[in-house]
Amino acid sequence: MSSDEDESMSEQEEQTKSGKEDNGSVLDYIMSLESVPSKLPPHLELLKTRVLCKIDAPQHTDTIQYSGAYAALGVDNSIRLDNFRQNFKVQVNRLTEDDIEFDMIGIDPALANAFRRILIAEVPTMAIERIYMANNTSVIQDEVLSHRLGLIPIGADPRLFEYPENAGNEKNEKNTIVFKLHVRCERQQPRITVKSNELKWLPNGSELPSEDIKPNSSSKPKTFTSFSCSQDSLPEFSGNPIAPRNLDIILAKLGPGQEIELEAHAVKGIGRTHAKWSPVATAWYRMLPEVVLLKEVEDELAEELKNKCPVGVFDIEDIGKGRKRATVARPRSCTLCRECIRGGKEWEDRVALRRVKDHFIFTVESTGALPPEVLFTEAVKILEEKCERVITELS
Amino acid sequence: MELGSYSDQSKSTFSLADEDHTIANAVRFTLNQDPRVTFCGYSIPHPSDNRVNIRVQTTGDSAREVLKDACQDLMQMCQHVRSTFDKSVNDYKMSKTVKDMDIK
Ligand code: SF4
Repeated sequence: MSSDEDESMSEQEEQTKSGKEDNGSVLDYIMSLESVPSKLPPHLELLKTRVLCKIDAPQHTDTIQYSGAYAALGVDNSIRLDNFRQNFKVQVNRLTEDDIEFDMIGIDPALANAFRRILIAEVPTMAIERIYMANNTSVIQDEVLSHRLGLIPIGADPRLFEYPENAGNEKNEKNTIVFKLHVRCERQQPRITVKSNELKWLPNGSELPSEDIKPNSSSKPKTFTSFSCSQDSLPEFSGNPIAPRNLDIILAKLGPGQEIELEAHAVKGIGRTHAKWSPVATAWYRMLPEVVLLKEVEDELAEELKNKCPVGVFDIEDIGKGRKRATVARPRSCTLCRECIRGGKEWEDRVALRRVKDHFIFTVESTGALPPEVLFTEAVKILEEKCERVITELS
Repeated sequence: MELGSYSDQSKSTFSLADEDHTIANAVRFTLNQDPRVTFCGYSIPHPSDNRVNIRVQTTGDSAREVLKDACQDLMQMCQHVRSTFDKSVNDYKMSKTVKDMDIK
């Protein structure tokens, strides 16, 4: 086939394609042409996908997000959804009742960070918000005790409750959990420690009268909540009573003759309002470290390199004739302390420390209201809801 | 809230109340992936103001539509993340129960 024919063919094809189909397929077609490079040259690929951790500072830390960043080279930098679907991977490394560690591969930090931020600040939980102090003769002040109570993780699924704003100002069985705490240290007795297990769930709502009790009125006095039914009659809670997640949190100490009597009301909220509603102890990620030996490191140098690293990233391998060579055995545990490239330019030329920009080792530690894996899915759902909100606002 | 001009719809600033870096940065990422976008960025005018401004300039399409598409993309990415994650967790739980049984 002559080159003339070739050209006219491709022109025709291009026209018919753009006439019939959407932009994407034309792009695909252009990308499939042989004269268009589909891959970046290796040195640019390295800068695009790795952070280079040099002795003084990390370099090339930003991700190249702009779709036309490599337009001059003819390389398309846009991530299309199918691409993302193909490349995205999740690998769970550890999952316990309280924490999860997983690798998230093929995602931009913009998204990974959005998930982390939502986990910390926007996934709702239940936390104690109001304290009705009936009596407190202990040494711990009312406000300090109230604050301590607020920080106790409550073992109740927040998805079963509503935000208090939704019900006006009414405190009903759908938005409030009531606990009672009444502890007394008798005279002549040793001091006692009040722990979170003393918080007793009141499924019928508050027991404290909210107004002065009129003498000889027969009707029940009004309380601080108006429950229409008992919470333990609801199917969600009948089998598993609500209690603080940890029962051994110290709240106060009482000396002989001292007493605390109070009622605590827990409501639903998010960590942005106050950290007590944050469902995670911490949620963080780190980029996967990559340690590369640029030159062979042998014999005494290998020994020296192995001893330089405090976490034991390097190992020594026998290559026969009594000679040894350093190898990178556990790059994942590298903390990037840069000890291995300290000690002169020659070390910087031997070892390259890098981070993979789209590989995140994500850890979520739950405070206990929800299991960690559920927390993460909830966080992703919240980001979806945000998008939906923007879309409806713009329509 | 959109702040733009009637005569030229290809440039607009969108002001989102009660939002912060979380969505703005993520949407900026998806906007950047769109070849129709010539410029995008976001700012938080004041830290005690619960609001973020997203600026979108396009090659000609309505900025509003482009931003909507970007949100749509982000949503689909999230859905994919969620399903992949759930699958991995289930796989992990399965393999773990199998391992536990092996020990016995
Ligand atoms: S940076 Fe520190 S932890 Fe990482 S390989 Fe070098 S010495 Fe080891």
